Amino acid sequence: MPTLRRSGLIADEVRVSIGCDSDIVSARQKGRELASQCGFPSTDTAVVATAISELARNIVRYAVRGEIILRLVQNNGKRGIEVVAADDGPGIADIGMAMQDGYSTSGGLGLGLPGTRRLMDDFEITSDYGKGTTITVRRWRR
Amino acid sequence: MQVPILKQGAYLIATVQSALTDEDLKQLRDTLVLQVSKVRARGVIVDVTALDVIDSFATRTLRDVAYMIRLRGAETVIVGIQPEVAFSMVKLGLTLEGVATSLDLEEGLAYLNRKGNAHAQEVRTHR
Repeated sequence: MPTLRRSGLIADEVRVSIGCDSDIVSARQKGRELASQCGFPSTDTAVVATAISELARNIVRYAVRGEIILRLVQNNGKRGIEVVAADDGPGIADIGMAMQDGYSTSGGLGLGLPGTRRLMDDFEITSDYGKGTTITVRRWRR
Repeated sequence: MQVPILKQGAYLIATVQSALTDEDLKQLRDTLVLQVSKVRARGVIVDVTALDVIDSFATRTLRDVAYMIRLRGAETVIVGIQPEVAFSMVKLGLTLEGVATSLDLEEGLAYLNRKGNAHAQEVRTHR
């Protein structure tokens, strides 16, 4: 699995600050634009936009504010899109539980994190309880 | 972004025109549930052709719309889910279980008409 360090950045990053409902929509629209710039077919742009939507909503719901960072990356000639969702909210008490389908502490469907992992190729999560959460996901062009 | 709701015969048709925020979705749900009894609609069509993303929140809200309207005595059908949206929904684990879906508006109307006829038949046989 390629790591963040080995994935070269090939375009300026796009940063979207997330603090309310409508930021979720603009983050996923920017992600869609970037993915189609990268030459992703429409199925993949929809997949990337959906993943961004889930990650951005988690920020609004659990951390109140944070940031979505979008980057075009490449690794061994493969191009892809990287999405980083970062917040300094309360963090996740039990990442193992949070990654299980149907587990939610907010009355949601509990599909956001495990579903996002299924949508994307790479999924990395770090969370310090009390200090915030950073989730990095990537999807590579086929 | 408000979703226009048209009344056509015994049906209400809500046509989503652009991306919806969570708040817009909740408003659509509440408006439809109120409107359905106000105009005594027998069926509701929610046309989501224009949506390029249907995530977990949108799915839950659409499902809630269908369940609430069923409790009000009418039927709901969601029409126009795009192929790439359907792909993303399934990958994410979203299914809209127990909610009627149709390819497009025309199919959605045909579905509601069939439901209406079946209902009328049932009423006749119970007489």
